[in-house]
Amino acid sequence: MIDYGWLGKLNWDSLVFSKLISNPSVSEVVASTAGCIVIIATIVILGLLTWFRVWGTLWSEWLTSTDHKRIGIMYIVFALVMMTRGLLEGMVMRAQQAAAPDGFLYADHFAQLFSTHGTIMIFFVAVPFVVGLVNFAMPLQIGARDVAFPVLNQISLAVTVSSGVLLMVSLVVGEFSTGGWTAYPPYTGGDFNPGVGPDYWVWAIVFSGAGTTLTGINFTVTILKCRAAGMKFFRMPMFCWTVLCSSILMIFAMPPLSVAALMLGFDRYLDFHFFTNDLGGNMMNYANLFWLFGHPEVYLLVLPAYGVFSEVFSTFSAKRLYGYKSLVFATMSIAVLSFTVWLHHFFTMGQSPTINIVFGIATMLIAVPTGVKVYDWMATMYRGRIRFTTPMIYAIGFLILFVIGGLSGVILANPTVDFQVHNTLFLVAHFHNVLIPGVLFGLLAGYNYWFPKAFGFRLNDRLGRWSAFLWMLGFMLTFLPLYGAGLLGMPRRSFSYMDLTFKPYMVVAFIGAMVILCALITIVLQLYVSLRDRDKNRVPVGDPWDGRSLEWSIPAPAPSYNFAELPRVTDRDEFTEAKEQGRAYQPPKIYRDIEVPKNNPLGFILCLVTGILMFALVWYIWWLALVSALAVIISVIVSTYRWDSERVIPASQVRGDVEKWLKQVKKSRAIGRDLENTPANVGYAKLEH
Amino acid sequence: MNGNPSTNNPSVSPGEVPGAIHKDPDVVIFGFWVFMMSDLIFFGVVFAIYITMIGATAGGPGPRELFDFGSLFAQTMLLLTSSLTVGIATVTMKHQRSQASFLFWVVVTLILGLGFLALELYDFSEMAAKGGVPQRSGYLSAFFGLVPLHGLHVSFGCLWMLVLIAQIWKVGMLDIIKLRFLRLALFWHFLDLIWIGIFSVVYFGGWVYG
Repeated sequence: MIDYGWLGKLNWDSLVFSKLISNPSVSEVVASTAGCIVIIATIVILGLLTWFRVWGTLWSEWLTSTDHKRIGIMYIVFALVMMTRGLLEGMVMRAQQAAAPDGFLYADHFAQLFSTHGTIMIFFVAVPFVVGLVNFAMPLQIGARDVAFPVLNQISLAVTVSSGVLLMVSLVVGEFSTGGWTAYPPYTGGDFNPGVGPDYWVWAIVFSGAGTTLTGINFTVTILKCRAAGMKFFRMPMFCWTVLCSSILMIFAMPPLSVAALMLGFDRYLDFHFFTNDLGGNMMNYANLFWLFGHPEVYLLVLPAYGVFSEVFSTFSAKRLYGYKSLVFATMSIAVLSFTVWLHHFFTMGQSPTINIVFGIATMLIAVPTGVKVYDWMATMYRGRIRFTTPMIYAIGFLILFVIGGLSGVILANPTVDFQVHNTLFLVAHFHNVLIPGVLFGLLAGYNYWFPKAFGFRLNDRLGRWSAFLWMLGFMLTFLPLYGAGLLGMPRRSFSYMDLTFKPYMVVAFIGAMVILCALITIVLQLYVSLRDRDKNRVPVGDPWDGRSLEWSIPAPAPSYNFAELPRVTDRDEFTEAKEQGRAYQPPKIYRDIEVPKNNPLGFILCLVTGILMFALVWYIWWLALVSALAVIISVIVSTYRWDSERVIPASQVRGDVEKWLKQVKKSRAIGRDLENTPANVGYAKLEH
Repeated sequence: MNGNPSTNNPSVSPGEVPGAIHKDPDVVIFGFWVFMMSDLIFFGVVFAIYITMIGATAGGPGPRELFDFGSLFAQTMLLLTSSLTVGIATVTMKHQRSQASFLFWVVVTLILGLGFLALELYDFSEMAAKGGVPQRSGYLSAFFGLVPLHGLHVSFGCLWMLVLIAQIWKVGMLDIIKLRFLRLALFWHFLDLIWIGIFSVVYFGGWVYG
């Protein structure tokens, strides 16, 4: 710890633009453009918020809200913003490799791009998108008023966002790590990488990881303790089961990552020797810790996506989910097995063949429960009345593409094969093949599926389908060629290459990346068009897709208290059952006052001060780090002085809401499934078989 | 410690609060158990790292040069006694004894905890005087990654106690404060368990295998 003065390591040369001035080149122009985009976007957003005078609403309805639905929506907005950045970085990298050997980026710049791309896509797109969807849908599905700990929920969001903002800041001030998303020491240690890059990585991971752990605790407790009366475990919608497994994974898998990142931080900041080359450090400990987290992490992400697909297949096939129990057991098996395979991420790092074989076989075993799931989903569709809506197209695309990705995983699970293709683009193709069709398609399907419940109007289905097909086409063009290039031996993370055999593959992949960009633009366009036409597409009754679980039994948008009367559950597909028995759309027997958590500024304050804390730590501004750390502790202590954390929604208001809604139901026309994407759909589904 | 201490716990009155799930003591206490489970994994991973690092002294001082079992015995006694006193405080609260006697036992616990921390810091300074600093070797890094992590938890528990004492002073024994104290007591017992692990694995294990 060297004393750098009041501003730590920070000076004018830290700004990305000063590098452009001192060394004008295309690479620096790209870096400065990215920095400009961040600054301009921030100014534009702040300006628009001020122009439309929405600061007050933003503060009271969103930033201080403890409502699980709003927190979920904020998570998803954050994830989409980060996804835009991650995707643009992917584009730039594809362009670089397509242009090679005459690329336009410096090697270090390229390394920063793949490091941020991976870090962002995993920790700041996939995780918050999953957490956001779960936050929104899970409490509704189990018939709860909120998650078990609403303020904790807010805190999780706060630290996730502040870590994400830290990554955005790294575009403008200083540089990011060049060590990949896995940040293996000793390369990322202080000896080889004295700059601020790995420090940005360490703190973003430590804080967002803590947020995810807390989220896991919150969701687990919510599912185990806050289900509605009669909602036995085997009556929970499949999505809730996958969330339970994934939350348990968060509780068990995030600590090893936090430990690894903190120890790396100790090595860097305090000259410890956990992972250094000399004085007894052992970098294999890092590899083991990181992947002890890293492998469960992929299941943590994909299980909730499986959950979304289960809901989508059953809803849009108008059939009860096939093999519910086998899906539950498959999910649980995957969650357990995910802790037994981490070593396959470093088969080539010196274990004995026996150990490699054990982990290889364990890895192949995971294909069994996953296969069970695939067959269950197909059997759900079999003889169903399938509607090709946007979520369903994502789901079917997932089935086909994900099986390819899964099979390439089984190939990689064989250590002898892995020795041939490890560290090549084959691996890159494999994990994109499971993460894009697996996780991302699931999340986008969920986004299209639950959007009407969140905002009260449907998304435009035509543009939705366009974007789904563009995603599939773009994915195939971008990543299937990488299997070929990988088999030919092209190493991953190459900023350039001399062997022109790779070139055609890279050009096709670049075209694919352009298609993916179009898919992203279509999503934005879909949102814009849907917002514009929202009055034509409202679904106030709340059941636009002839849904089967509890979240569809309430109005859309869902009221802040969720249920006027907490439901009593008698069946797995509770709402379908209720509709068939004529129990749906009934007023509660008695109207009661409802207590919901009060707004709380703690989350927003923590977002600010943890952000400042991380920035101060990255730049060695010790006084600021101390002040902001104290601010974290003090704001938490002060918030414990709020003795009354509830506010009451009077029974009369609930009665008013319900009566207005029931009147709407009465005057609405029930429509069949074929008309669900027309303005005739006001969220009142006709009984059909 | 039995599995779920809250189900028939007379010290808090659950009551019928429709809808207000997060006020339910059962949920709150259970949530804390889950948190401790996660924290246990955190500790477990650091323990594992320590075990792999035994012997990685790189020519620097090892357990036999550095550990002072006299001081460690005193620390253990202080911490175990504090677990007893925090237990007595819980019982006092449960049986609705006077606030003063409850506070007395909390303050005793706090003093014992601070005594433990003082001795631990003294130990560290003694170790540093013999060249046992974390910058010296991988083994010492692992030691100083684990033992102070426990110390940090104890300091956090002490801060928690101070805040609770101040709050009881101000508003008396509200139900919400009783719940907070129950969780603190759980946390304190948990730290005792971790300490037993540290004593057996870090100190004894280090002594035997180091």
